[in-house]
Amino acid sequence: MSDPRVSTGPIPTNPTTPAGDDVLVRVENMVKYFPVRAGGLIQRTVGQVQAVEDVSLSIPRGKTLGLVGETGSGKSTLARCVAGLIPVTSGRVIFDGRDITNLSRGAMRPVRREIQMIFQDPYSSLNPRRRVGAIIGDPFIIHKTATRAERKRQVQELMERVGLNPEHYNRFPAEFSGGQRQRIGVARALALKPKLIICDEPVSALDVSIQAQVLNLLADLQRDYGLTYLFIAHDLEVVRHVSDSVAVMYLGRIGESGPREPLYRSPRHPYTVALLSAAPAADPDAAAARQRIILTGDVPSPIDPPSGCRFHPRCPKAEAVCSQQEPQLEAKAGDAATHLTACHFPVQAGENLAAASRSKLR
Amino acid sequence: MTLLEVTDLTVSFSTADGVVKAVRGVSFGVEAGRTIGIVGESGSGKTVLTQTLLGLTPGAAVSGRALFDGIDLLSIGETQMREIRGARIAVIFQDPLTSLHPLYKIGWQIAEMVRAHDKSVSKKQAHERAVDLLGRVGIPRPAQRVDDYPHQFSGGMRQRAMIAMALSLSPQMIIADEPTTALDATVQAQIIDLLLRLQQESNTALIMITHDLGVVADIADDVMVMYAGRAAEKASKRDVFYTPHHPYTKGLLESIPSSSASGARLRPIPGSPPSLINLPSGCKFHPRCGYVLDRCLTEEPELRLVSQEGFHSSACWLPVQAAGLGERAEELRAQTVREGRGEAAAEVFEAEIAEALGPKGSVAG
Repeated sequence: MSDPRVSTGPIPTNPTTPAGDDVLVRVENMVKYFPVRAGGLIQRTVGQVQAVEDVSLSIPRGKTLGLVGETGSGKSTLARCVAGLIPVTSGRVIFDGRDITNLSRGAMRPVRREIQMIFQDPYSSLNPRRRVGAIIGDPFIIHKTATRAERKRQVQELMERVGLNPEHYNRFPAEFSGGQRQRIGVARALALKPKLIICDEPVSALDVSIQAQVLNLLADLQRDYGLTYLFIAHDLEVVRHVSDSVAVMYLGRIGESGPREPLYRSPRHPYTVALLSAAPAADPDAAAARQRIILTGDVPSPIDPPSGCRFHPRCPKAEAVCSQQEPQLEAKAGDAATHLTACHFPVQAGENLAAASRSKLR
Repeated sequence: MTLLEVTDLTVSFSTADGVVKAVRGVSFGVEAGRTIGIVGESGSGKTVLTQTLLGLTPGAAVSGRALFDGIDLLSIGETQMREIRGARIAVIFQDPLTSLHPLYKIGWQIAEMVRAHDKSVSKKQAHERAVDLLGRVGIPRPAQRVDDYPHQFSGGMRQRAMIAMALSLSPQMIIADEPTTALDATVQAQIIDLLLRLQQESNTALIMITHDLGVVADIADDVMVMYAGRAAEKASKRDVFYTPHHPYTKGLLESIPSSSASGARLRPIPGSPPSLINLPSGCKFHPRCGYVLDRCLTEEPELRLVSQEGFHSSACWLPVQAAGLGERAEELRAQTVREGRGEAAAEVFEAEIAEALGPKGSVAG
């Protein structure tokens, strides 16, 4: 099936991503559509879920990129495309200097070793019928990297490394708590010494005290092994804690991206501002003082996204141009060259967006 | 006026593996127009506690008293409970998708709720009431959306519909069990805003059960922190956040990645919550506590007041002055530990330190 979005000419390189050796992962103009089919026996395509639309980003080696967005923002789809788990519609994924976009199964196999994933739910991502040793040892068998005796030793080393008791090698996942299961997931991801680990909401299902344990573990592993993380989460405080740079996604597009502190301290996209104001702070005084921006409505359907800026129907600052012209992701006046915002009317320092949202709400 | 007064509530379940002691002697009160936040991790007993109040824990061994407007909820029969549940005490659950029936229209489900408690309301009136309620909770075009099925609503709208249902009989008290946990941040903000507004309008008492301290900081007046089926600390919101006394509360607050220390190492509570079948001796938090004393291993502390004014109380053997996150409180805690820690406690502490540090030293070092 041909897709109208598949570009024919050479793909332009994104001027905002530095093309140095230190970049481990570069995503260029990635587009991912899922067909929507209807009809009984004979299925025809009636539309496209535009899950990821023209996204470019890069992650320097040994650093962490935090990817923030709500349900339906396309952040998990983007991660799966980077990992090569699903083919992309158009665009490129450059990993370690090599184009890995839509490689064949065989060609992808050695790459898979270097890109691993940690999933959200430590209950459903581990096979309940298999022993922990076997679960963590699988990567060695699949990639034929160790003999049986070596395998056991390596698995036990991994278990110790992630803070599990190596004597529990023969236990089943059900015998571990949620935090320990997530450690099993981390050990499995670590087995083949990957370069990139994609963490898809790795701590969302954990209790606060356990969440901190796993975040510390991930930080230690990054320091010791020089790992690069693509860290997906909806919890903004967690992302702020772990990330070097942050990208905010809304309905398949990046609304704002940049180094952590400028983005959190002076966000320019109204959506980022709203998201930050909505995140609950565990501090009663801060909560009382905060001007919360209440967005109207829900995230629109990615099958039929709004014209122009995709955020305009919910944006307190939207004007006529926003529904007609799509804003480019670019550095705004007064921002660093790495702090990019896709907005016609970026938020200025000291601007009261909450008041604007209230007046629009009434 | 105290609307609900729970005294010494104990709930346990008999299972094949042993007796699960889910709630062990919890007392608290809720006043009209106020919000109490019940905070705790999985297995702390916070959900069992409130479900027991509504008679939703069949097969459990329950003792204690729960006076709601003069009626003991724990001793009334099912018929009487039905008149209270839904009508005078409403519940909002975490997952709005599974708490709505997928095959009935939203409006029908709200109207059904109204008519189940008041037969004198005609079908037409109940339907009108449903439209009105959906409008109140901020569903756009309620007259049309009232005929939608749950799957046609987004997650946030479903939770609004659940709130509309909870409000349908103007309850005196609402129990919200993790009402925003399944929702995105911006939608969560909408729902909290809505709950606060509705509460102010109708002077309802609200019990907010959550694991999210951020939600508590936003919405609660008073807070009860639960651990292993007991109240570890009870206080006003400000006392809990700014002068916590119980090391568990302090640990929870310190585990949150806060904006002030981006990238710095977090200070998690080591270990994990105990099994409710096989609870540790003495204070149930002692295997994870950094301030463990000898007596913590054998004697379980009762809640006691830790401030002269107000009702700030904590179930911990540390001196009452050792409340707070500041240096002086820390010094006092350290001094108490030096004096009160014999060999037994020191051993527990060593094990705890080893676990907190992890095996990192052995492999990476």
